[in-house]
Amino acid sequence: MKDWAHKGEQALLRFQDISLSFGRVGALVGISFEIGNEGIFAIIGPNGAGKTCIFNVINGFYRPQKGRVYFDGRDITRLGSAKIARLGVARTFQNIELYTGLTTVENLMAARHMLFKDTIVEGAFYFGRTLKQEVAHRRVVEEVIDFLEIEKIRKVEVGLLPYGLRKLVELGRALAMEPKLLLLDEPMAGMNMEEKEDIARFIVDISEEKKIPVLLVEHEMDVVMDIADNIIVLDFGTKIAEGPPEEIMTNQSVIKAYLGYDA
Amino acid sequence: MHWVPCGTYNVNYRQDFAIFRTKPHWISLVVFLLILFTLPFYCSRYMLALLSTIGITIIAVQGLGILTGYGGQISIGQAAFMGTGAYLSVILMQRFDFPFLLALFSAGIGSGLVGVVFGLPALRIKGFYLAMSTLAAQLILGWFFLHLRGITGGTEGLHVEHASFAGITFNTPQNKYWLVMVFTLLAIFFAKNLMRTKVGRALVAIRDNDLAAKVMGIEVALYKLLAFFISCFFAGIAGAVYAHYIGFISPVQFTLQDSILYLGILIVGGMGSIMGAIFGTVFMKLIEEFVFVISPMLATWFPGFGAQFFAALSLAFYAIIIILFLVFEPRGINHLWVVLKNRYRLYPFSH
Ligand SMILES: Nc1ncnc2c1ncn2[C@@H]1O[C@H](COP(=O)(O)OP(=O)(O)O)[C@@H](O)[C@H]1O
Ligand SMILES: [Mg+2]
Repeated sequence: MKDWAHKGEQALLRFQDISLSFGRVGALVGISFEIGNEGIFAIIGPNGAGKTCIFNVINGFYRPQKGRVYFDGRDITRLGSAKIARLGVARTFQNIELYTGLTTVENLMAARHMLFKDTIVEGAFYFGRTLKQEVAHRRVVEEVIDFLEIEKIRKVEVGLLPYGLRKLVELGRALAMEPKLLLLDEPMAGMNMEEKEDIARFIVDISEEKKIPVLLVEHEMDVVMDIADNIIVLDFGTKIAEGPPEEIMTNQSVIKAYLGYDA
Repeated sequence: MHWVPCGTYNVNYRQDFAIFRTKPHWISLVVFLLILFTLPFYCSRYMLALLSTIGITIIAVQGLGILTGYGGQISIGQAAFMGTGAYLSVILMQRFDFPFLLALFSAGIGSGLVGVVFGLPALRIKGFYLAMSTLAAQLILGWFFLHLRGITGGTEGLHVEHASFAGITFNTPQNKYWLVMVFTLLAIFFAKNLMRTKVGRALVAIRDNDLAAKVMGIEVALYKLLAFFISCFFAGIAGAVYAHYIGFISPVQFTLQDSILYLGILIVGGMGSIMGAIFGTVFMKLIEEFVFVISPMLATWFPGFGAQFFAALSLAFYAIIIILFLVFEPRGINHLWVVLKNRYRLYPFSH
């Protein structure tokens, strides 16, 4: 099996022998992997395999009992969620987690919160850096809105949007952070054919045009095999395979463990 | 949806941010301000007193709106924080010779800090439990007002000297009205600006989804405490202005009942909007006046109930109105206003 890290180059994200359990249940068992500075990396595996747990460990929601997580060369295993975000990790959730009372634009602006440089006093007066910052960040937000083709829902409260659009806004919110790494947890779940194609296209563009590496959890096998550069396969919290799509497709233990469930 | 007056297009983002964007908007603002500030020349003392009370209440309710409406953290201690500001401003002036403006500002800061202390439980608890903890703030601060007799005067309260700055002593109903209105407008201005920028978005983000807020790099704990600070700062300023408006403060002016009424005003006006806090205050104060006027009449028409019964009517009225809004229009008067505005903008057809 190949290593994901690009040769001679430091890995962007490194999972080192991570174990996480809830009571007796081992959700992750000695997981190690690395991802590099560009490309699309996919994590696949049956429901309950521990895919979302990996994201939650990266985010700092869950504290693994064993192992270390490094991001950009820094140990983030014990760092708070907000700090980890500030280092440049953005994500979407399997079950959409938006700010329902804010509009699309406001959701994306809120994502840039940590990049605002103005003080609360300037904000109160709407003075000094505040207006300049609002304009500058709004410009970036509008670029993301153009990119995802959601201009029409700019000023709509996201709580009122249909499911598919909410998923897009959530992707937009993560992109608006201009992250160094984007984590997508089942971005195509519950979407129709056309929406899935759009999302796949966006993911490829994010990786190729915006040069943001993507770590993707997805059940949609054809899409994963199509767009991923490297795949990791989980089963009951253990890594059973890792490699490019061609290898994974023919890997016997994968076919048995994973495709066996789904077929 | 979001409608703007027909023919208005945003050429740049700055225009999109503007609150007053068309000429008629600006003209109506100027006309409104002219009327507001010339009222003392042709209004009765009664009207001025009513409007001044409304102004002071708006300051306190805007503060509560920031914490509860935008921040999603219920507080039933706003009146006590207002009291804190009132006592602080008076004590700082009387005992430490602070000039009025400095005393007022310090009272805001002091009240804000006290708010942060009582807001600490918000880092651990939410909703109902947090409400109970702010109730504790109300009771504890109320206890201080009553029992720290050496500085607060206990039940006797404190006499307040007239405010004065820039060579003016605010001792007539007219100039006290102006004083109140200046602070009311400032409070609205600051609240609106804070809520439409970074702080406001962070607060709503935490209210709507604190999990996501964390993942997006918002320091949830810091902003929860900041919400308490801002809210109680507003309450403190409201209290200080009130003290100097009314000329006398005592514990009965800052009770649990007032705290609950502020929450009710917020519900009726519409949570999470600056206009809502204004609508709610005006509406509820008018209701209060209305009941105040009709209850003696009712007492003479229905002598069987006794005067006590009708004196308590205003509270019952409040309660009924709050319940009606909760059931039929939980988004408050502000929502009705937004609907009306959009309908007018699209009338008779959308272009
Ligand atoms: N907060 C939690 N408490 C207890 N068990 C959990 C928790 N989160 C996840 N698990 C368990 O960990 C396992 C992996 O879950 P998850 O990562 O969500 O799977 P998936 O691969 O479908 O995303 C499951 O057995 C799940 O029940
Ligand atoms: Mg999952």
